[in-house]
Amino acid sequence: MGQTLIEKIIARNIGREKVTPGEIVTVNVDRVMVHDIFIPFVADKFEEMGFSKIWDPDKMVLIYDHLVPASQLDDARHFATGDAFAAKYGVRNVHRSDGICHQLMTEAGYVKPGDIAFGTDSHTVTYGCVGAFSTGIGYTEMAGILGTGKLWIRVPETIKVQVDGTLPPNVTSKDVILQILGDLRADGATYKSLEFAGSTFDAMTVASRMTMANMTVECGAKCGLFSPDEKTAEYCGIAPADFKNDTFLQNLKGDPDAVYDRVLTYRAEDFVPVAACPSQVDNIHPVSEIAGKAVDQVFLGSCTNGRLEDLAAAAEILKGRKVAPFVKFIVTPASRKIYREALEAGILETLAEAGAMITHPGCGLCCGRAGGILTDNEVVVATNNRNFLGRMGTSKVQIYLASPKTAAWTAVEGKITVPV
Amino acid sequence: MEQFTGKVWLLGDDIDTDIIMPTEYLALKTINDMCPYAFSPLRPELAAQIREGDIIVAGKNFGCGSSREQAPEVIKALGIRCVIAASYARIFFRNAINNGLLLIENADLVKDVQEGEEITVRAGDSIRYKDKTYPISPLPQNLLDILEAGGLVRAMQRLNGKV
Amino acid sequence: MGMTIAEKIIARAAGLPEVHANDIHTVELDFLMSNDGTTHLTIDMYNALKHPRIADVRKLVWIVDHNVPCDSPKTAASQKKMRDFAKENGITFYEGAGVCHQIMIENHVVPGQLIFGADSHTCAYGALGAFGTGVGCTDYLYGMVTGKSWVLVPETLRFNLTGALSNGATARDLILTIIGQIGANGANYHAMEFAGPGMASLTMSDRIAICNLCVEAGAKTALMEVDDITMNYLAAHGGRRPEACFASDPDAKFEKVYDINLSTIVPVVAKPHFVDNIAPVSECTGVRINEAFLGSCNNGRLEDLRLGTSIIKGKKVAPTVRFLVVPASREVYLEAMKEGILDTFMEAGAIVMNPNCSVCWGSCQGVIGKGETLISTGTRNFKGRAGHRDSFVYLGSAATVTASAIKGEISAAFT
Repeated sequence: MGQTLIEKIIARNIGREKVTPGEIVTVNVDRVMVHDIFIPFVADKFEEMGFSKIWDPDKMVLIYDHLVPASQLDDARHFATGDAFAAKYGVRNVHRSDGICHQLMTEAGYVKPGDIAFGTDSHTVTYGCVGAFSTGIGYTEMAGILGTGKLWIRVPETIKVQVDGTLPPNVTSKDVILQILGDLRADGATYKSLEFAGSTFDAMTVASRMTMANMTVECGAKCGLFSPDEKTAEYCGIAPADFKNDTFLQNLKGDPDAVYDRVLTYRAEDFVPVAACPSQVDNIHPVSEIAGKAVDQVFLGSCTNGRLEDLAAAAEILKGRKVAPFVKFIVTPASRKIYREALEAGILETLAEAGAMITHPGCGLCCGRAGGILTDNEVVVATNNRNFLGRMGTSKVQIYLASPKTAAWTAVEGKITVPV
Repeated sequence: MEQFTGKVWLLGDDIDTDIIMPTEYLALKTINDMCPYAFSPLRPELAAQIREGDIIVAGKNFGCGSSREQAPEVIKALGIRCVIAASYARIFFRNAINNGLLLIENADLVKDVQEGEEITVRAGDSIRYKDKTYPISPLPQNLLDILEAGGLVRAMQRLNGKV
Repeated sequence: MGMTIAEKIIARAAGLPEVHANDIHTVELDFLMSNDGTTHLTIDMYNALKHPRIADVRKLVWIVDHNVPCDSPKTAASQKKMRDFAKENGITFYEGAGVCHQIMIENHVVPGQLIFGADSHTCAYGALGAFGTGVGCTDYLYGMVTGKSWVLVPETLRFNLTGALSNGATARDLILTIIGQIGANGANYHAMEFAGPGMASLTMSDRIAICNLCVEAGAKTALMEVDDITMNYLAAHGGRRPEACFASDPDAKFEKVYDINLSTIVPVVAKPHFVDNIAPVSECTGVRINEAFLGSCNNGRLEDLRLGTSIIKGKKVAPTVRFLVVPASREVYLEAMKEGILDTFMEAGAIVMNPNCSVCWGSCQGVIGKGETLISTGTRNFKGRAGHRDSFVYLGSAATVTASAIKGEISAAFT
């Protein structure tokens, strides 16, 4: 009997032929990520547990992104605690203002196809875009991994999502994942792995896959995985020949006779631009249904949609146009590298000339601590991953999640607009 | 067998981690500093009303959203004896166990019980509400081990010979 | 009797042939600038009036710059109040376009005007030969409703500048040195007027930096004569024409005259917690810093950013130092982008933000924590100004700040 993608990754990690969903196994961790909000808690728990060294300091990556730039008086304590922890335990992979953790983990080469990685953030599932098993954990478990290099997991069942065909030009991978979340509902994949397959995904850039993997946690999934291909190899800096000769990576896909919990099948041509309406990520409606609603702010950014192709899509729309009067358009590139590439390509110039506020790379508004906080009865269209009550200000803020194209058109028109 | 009775606070489906502990307060120094803001986007008055030994009863997908462990820690620090929900999001579930917060999965109780009423929990066995009994399914052994140790920190201390 | 620039501007605004220091006159205001620091309070007061009206909406310019992007629900509510009011009443409105004073200078202010701003650094407009002064909400409201206000004509302190800056000193070092000399209340209620052959060596950016900081000596306003540099700046910024170009008469009465040879100025810093607590940079080298800030209405212009990149090009920000670079306006941001300046800072590891007041305002972006030290090109180093009440702010030039960011400690840019 065949295996799913996640089963293959876990089996290889623990040196077994195969594993079965429901089994509880202990995996060897390839990489961990801790970000600035949680580092003080991880540091406390680590020492409270009685560890005196990190199992492998080079396998830890410490990233400051939620609190950059600091917006509250106590934020700097998180940097100081992180710096002290890194110095004490020999952690060399520290990024203090380079962008959002989930962007950096694959962009800077910390996570490769087939790896198992954990992070103190629910969107750690993002690294599934390169065929890695990664998921979010709490700070206590993180402290445990730092000491032992291991973590128990339950081998998840797999839900396969099969999409074939060509997406309409005004539809992005964001619309695809939002539609899937709407169909699966917010708890439809709890404890399970999503596996994406089909010609539509084959045609997608790694960046577009990242958007999808990133949001799989919003239906409760443990992870969301794509099979690595040549594009993945190039993105991860794996030489074409090495990739071709790596039998594990070549076979890192669901077997035809693998057992799936469920299979969802879509035709790419059927997708339309959609939005997650307040205040649940699975409250999905076609943008055409909500078009015309006046907005106060548009946010383009986050680990979901702050990449070069997202900024480029917005720039193409804003070229020669202006952001609507009295509407704030906030653009937060996902990383320093993306910011610089967007500078080089003239994308930031186009956006700034149109009236966008371009902030330094980081979590920005998505984590709700600064970067464009709103107040009662304000409406925001945002490209990030959550629209929970109070996520971006008061509980009376209405948050609509949508694609960069929908966001950019909405910024131009000042009201929710179906992209053309 | 351990048995306790507590007053019910009733919450709905998909109670996310941003409701349990909004990001704005996430970087406060201690869990106790955060407690007053628990559940504030949904019910700003709730945190002050919760008393030691109370029980939260909720619908499906409790704790969905972020990995913030402040969510179960704050619930525990407020004095909540246990949470009974139709289902849990996975990270929250792990975090709660790791912090020794008792979670019980039951989909029926939330449909029957009213806020302010009392229920009785017989750990590992059943919940009693008025004249009805609701069964509790047992946890996997590895989780019971962590709970038995008193949470993951204690389990690791044991590993390191600190206790 | 002759008049000073300040007297001439007030005379014009009062419709009188002549006014003199210590007179009180009713004046017609040319602009009323207000930002998100206090506008919501003004609106509350306005709405409480029996017969609220705006005398001339064309005079009002409202700018959201202090907390941008917004950092809290409370601030969002204040900003929304301001935005809604501006929209409803047709008030010229900017949001996220830069620091208010920089926007005013780039787009609105012309020589000869009398301008009230609900912000103390409004005195910056003297760089264009306009009388700008900071006022509170009540004065602002009166001006908004009547188009007029009353002013006490200030006495003038005259600074005759000769020579040219050298020794790696900048205009900021000059004004900090002057404030150190005359003290934080040395110009209380006075106008500070800068003139002399040394002016020709000072760019518009230099002049703005000088005038902007005069309030830190207590000055009511700062003033400079209009010359080719002023006219070229206006031509390049929308071809605006002066209302009137004034210079002080030879027989004008100055309260005091200072002669300053620019070549004697050396790089200095203002040490915590007062702007007049001035010391040469060389006395403070080695002080460990956690953060450096290059920006603000004082030193966030293209020339300042250029100076910064000339120092940091090919180097890196010290690993644990947060180096915030914040252009003063969208115009500066775009020009810096085109010149490759933003990329140089990004390559070096700086945090490059959207134009706004940033940590100079100290309520959101880049606030410093307990016990931390910031070196800043901002306007003030009062206790707690940049964040925690137990923190330390040093003020220095763009060059000193950048050199310090690289070294991780206060450091002279040129030795």
